[in-house]
Amino acid sequence: MTKAATVAKKPKKAAGVKAKKVAVDQPLQVDEGEATVGQSFTDKAKMTMRNINVFYGDKQAIHDVSIDIAQNEVIAMIGPSGCGKSTFLRTLNRMNDTVEGCRVEGEICMDGENLYSPSLDVVELRARVGMVFQKPNPFPKSIYENVAYGPKIHGLADTRVDLDEIVENSLKKASLWEEVKERLHQPGTGLSGGQQQRLCIARAIAVSPEVILMDEPCSALDPIATAKIEELIEELSQNFTIAIVTHSMQQAARVSNRTAYFHLGKLVEVNPTEKVFTMPEHKLTEAYITGRFG
Amino acid sequence: MQATNILILILALGIFAFYIGRGRSLAMAKPLGGIRNLHSLPSYYGAYTALWCALPSTILLCLWMIFDEPLINSLVMGSISDQLADDSLATYNLQLNKISNIAEGILSSRGQSPELLIAADYMSRLQTMSQWSLTALMLCLTMAGLFLGSSKIDPAFRARPVVEKVMQNLLLACACLAIFTTLGIVLSVLFESLQFFRSVPAHEFIFGLEWSPQTAIREDQVGSSGSFGAVPLFVGTLLVSAVAMVVAVPIGLMSAIYLAEYASKSVRAVAKPTLEVLAGIPTVVYGFFAALTVAPFIRDLGTSFGLSVSSESALAAGGVMGIMIIPFISSLADDVITAVPQSMRDGSLAMGATHSETVRRVIIPAALPGIVGGIMLAVSRAIGETMIVVMAAGMAAKLTANPLESVTTVTVQIVTLLTGDQEFDSPKTLAAFALGLMLFTVTLLLNIFALHIVKKYREQYE
Amino acid sequence: MSKPMNNVQKIQHSLTKRKRAETRFRWYGRIAILIGLAAVMMLFTDIISKGHGAFRVTYIQLEVEYDQGLIGVTNLTDPAQLQDGNWGAIPKAALRAKFTDVSGRRDKRKLYGLLSNGAGFDLKDRLVANPLLLGEKERIWILADDDIDTYYKSWLDGEPYAARMSDKQMAWIDQLHNEGNIRLQFNSNLFTRGDSREPEQAGIRGAIMGSLFTLILTLLLSFPIGVSAAIYLEEFAPKNRWTDFIEVNINNLAAVPSIIFGLLGLAIFINFFHVPRSVPIVGGLVLTLMTLPTIIITSRAAIKSVPPSIREAALGMGASKYQMVLHHVLPLALPGMLTGAIIGMAQALGETAPLLMIGMVAFIVDIPAGFTDPATVLPVQIFLWADSPERAFIEKTSAAIMVLLSFLIVMNTTAVWLRKRLERRW
Repeated sequence: MTKAATVAKKPKKAAGVKAKKVAVDQPLQVDEGEATVGQSFTDKAKMTMRNINVFYGDKQAIHDVSIDIAQNEVIAMIGPSGCGKSTFLRTLNRMNDTVEGCRVEGEICMDGENLYSPSLDVVELRARVGMVFQKPNPFPKSIYENVAYGPKIHGLADTRVDLDEIVENSLKKASLWEEVKERLHQPGTGLSGGQQQRLCIARAIAVSPEVILMDEPCSALDPIATAKIEELIEELSQNFTIAIVTHSMQQAARVSNRTAYFHLGKLVEVNPTEKVFTMPEHKLTEAYITGRFG
Repeated sequence: MQATNILILILALGIFAFYIGRGRSLAMAKPLGGIRNLHSLPSYYGAYTALWCALPSTILLCLWMIFDEPLINSLVMGSISDQLADDSLATYNLQLNKISNIAEGILSSRGQSPELLIAADYMSRLQTMSQWSLTALMLCLTMAGLFLGSSKIDPAFRARPVVEKVMQNLLLACACLAIFTTLGIVLSVLFESLQFFRSVPAHEFIFGLEWSPQTAIREDQVGSSGSFGAVPLFVGTLLVSAVAMVVAVPIGLMSAIYLAEYASKSVRAVAKPTLEVLAGIPTVVYGFFAALTVAPFIRDLGTSFGLSVSSESALAAGGVMGIMIIPFISSLADDVITAVPQSMRDGSLAMGATHSETVRRVIIPAALPGIVGGIMLAVSRAIGETMIVVMAAGMAAKLTANPLESVTTVTVQIVTLLTGDQEFDSPKTLAAFALGLMLFTVTLLLNIFALHIVKKYREQYE
Repeated sequence: MSKPMNNVQKIQHSLTKRKRAETRFRWYGRIAILIGLAAVMMLFTDIISKGHGAFRVTYIQLEVEYDQGLIGVTNLTDPAQLQDGNWGAIPKAALRAKFTDVSGRRDKRKLYGLLSNGAGFDLKDRLVANPLLLGEKERIWILADDDIDTYYKSWLDGEPYAARMSDKQMAWIDQLHNEGNIRLQFNSNLFTRGDSREPEQAGIRGAIMGSLFTLILTLLLSFPIGVSAAIYLEEFAPKNRWTDFIEVNINNLAAVPSIIFGLLGLAIFINFFHVPRSVPIVGGLVLTLMTLPTIIITSRAAIKSVPPSIREAALGMGASKYQMVLHHVLPLALPGMLTGAIIGMAQALGETAPLLMIGMVAFIVDIPAGFTDPATVLPVQIFLWADSPERAFIEKTSAAIMVLLSFLIVMNTTAVWLRKRLERRW
């Protein structure tokens, strides 16, 4: 823990300087011992995280984060850039495994099963926890093949008809079907940015995951496409548990049930979205949502 | 060599001129109050003078060297043309060689016919004259350039733009050398091939099934009975290349995938340069290895299985060629695979695909154009590879698809037809150029196509 | 929600198979790498195991007498006498003196076959260098014949190769060995002599000098031209069709088979410009054209890696474009260009095929002393020796390959070192 503390010092100072410009009387800092404020835990948790620390080599990116994600809720993670929200999200389906030198400590469970236990298969985990990325990344294949990719590799469809049905349903759930049904066999890379992102969502839901992680899914999109995705997230929340990272507070306010505020690798506050944006408990959260830094 | 000395002289004078020009401009600047009153820096005036001094004379020297010998030869031969036995090209060349050898003192003048001696004397006189006049001309030209250049120096004279313009044209000329090389290749190969196709019809060459150029040695048999059907050579080339690709493509591709996707840093740091050692080994070494180690080994192995394997089997040559091409394919494929954006990998892994599924179903399809381009470049290399097949493949043109037999290739035939003292204009040597034309055309098309694909691919993920 | 459960089961069901496929795939990769590495190992062990013997060669110690009557030479400063002297008689007499019981023409021929054909000329050189020896006797180590050399080396290794040996010869060698009058010495001939039909006398000095002259010319021509072309294309060329055409040409030339350059050299340089055959000049010209694309491409990459900010800074100070290139871009790009030049030279050093076309494949005994002397180059020498039927040439060829590879390794290591040492990361 001491190591982590010394590492954490540096960025803290930087933030202090930054904050001083706007609030001379009240330097903004995360207090070392202070626990997360708000309602981090719930009774009907889908995923539970306890004392998570994430390191990149010697650098600690996440400090002692504990939080629950409830069944069928949409939880938004906000915070200034570099606060670790994306890193945190990527621990939930172990995408950090692909990053060299990344180490995760603590306990992450889904339905009571530890995600980081050696017996757990990461392939199975990722089929159950899908992910949508910041930049739309359709494979250089046809639209159909993009959506059929997951069901094919996991052996979810026994016949061609089954597969067609899965593809159609997924595209419909991603509200893309009407736009692409005439050109299913054209390359997915030919779609517009917003369509590509919905294609990626369709691809993710084609394997019927239980949780969908979204890493700033709208940051590369224009406002109209963003609106469509947000609409989609709301619809999806009926069937899926969604964790979304966003740097847009308005988006968090629009789509999420709960909002978690991260600051310098620490989870500062978790509360129902409405409460976070109207009566934040923590002064850092307040400073952030009132636009004093970010 | 006289020309080298003259060239060195010109260079020395050029450097001298540089200092003259610079000194002159400095002297002019002094009364005006320093070099800031000159339009350009003193070194530009120096360079200007040096260019005037050295450039025209160098150009003239090159022209002189090109036209000097043919001119002298035609003068000499013109003087004895009425004494030639016949006016065929062969006699002409023979006599010319004799004369020049006598003139240079290589051939003893004892026992030669007086006409030849006179001609040789005439030739050496002409040569001496040419040397002297060249030297004198060069001296005049450089001096004239020196004076002209330095006389133009003036504080208001804009030396820098002029010098830079000339320099830029020189640079352009260097860049255009690539075009001239291509042009030279096309012209030389095409010209000789056309001559060849005059004695052997093109369709006979391209579609003929029998290759035995040896019979054309006797003058009276030119083209008529020597058969120049190149199909067996094409088939042999393809067979050897195919064996090479069967070895190189899977190994090269799989090692590239392993190095790019799986290998730890330390494995990569050792394996990659070691594989690239294979690319740096000269082909003649591979040829030696194929002929003396691999071919006997394969033959013995085949014999122990009861197969009759030629000691110059296509399998041995092709296999070793494949080993040579492994690093070529693996480094190209490595580049292409690492160019596939990480987001593709993330997208697939996040779907729960295993690493190999990601590689096979996403990365390879995404990298396919680049990989195909790389493989085509490798094919073009295999087709044009010479030393391995010269040393390890056979000479006999056989129309077979059996890799255990001995075949011959286009490059082998070019080498055998052109080494040794052949009369240059016999169909046998000309056939080599026709084969060269085929080789050049095929590899050129492959290269252009492959480079185009690879370039398009790179732009896609820029 | 029964469907997700169903899916999870399906996924779990598929997992074993997929895991196995994953492991298999990894192994394919490992095997491919291992095959590649094994090929490198095999190649080197094969060459070294074949060639290491050539660095030592068999010598036989004999008592020789520089008998004036026998040689027919009285005055060692008279070239005519030296030319006509019967030098071969000295070693023959020495052999007869050693093995007095040999009689009959066949046996005598076998006996003389113990020593190299050139042994007499070696003694002549020794005598000319030490004129006082004329008329004297001395014990001296004399170069043995290549068959004897092959036999003696294999005999020492315990697997005698006696295909070209007679029983008498083997007995003589036994005797010499027991007396300590036959031994292996460092083969200095390999590095000091030119080519020869006799394997024991053949050396690679001629080929090395030929390669040296050819490479010097190639470097002198291709480096300045290549760098100039690269500068033009990167810094001055307008973006138009002509420039594109030049680029396409360069890229294609880099991939044209080398033998085509040989045809070009034959048709243009030799038949059109009448440059003499077999000389380093024409070899250098052909190799220049061949390496030019490599040098241009690497030089362009080096120029490209200089960040635009430096160019802008220079231009912003009011430097002309030339001053910018000359003062800023070139010095920064130079390490990269040198690396490219070394790689190009290594490529040229190993090239064989185009040189066969322009007559550098001739049998040349004399060591070339300049750019216009007939010469061969190291890889062509390897090719020539590899083609020779004498068994002793296998060893020689491998040794020449070892020398060639050492040159190449030194060059490439220098290039890597240079790149690591001097190249800046921006």
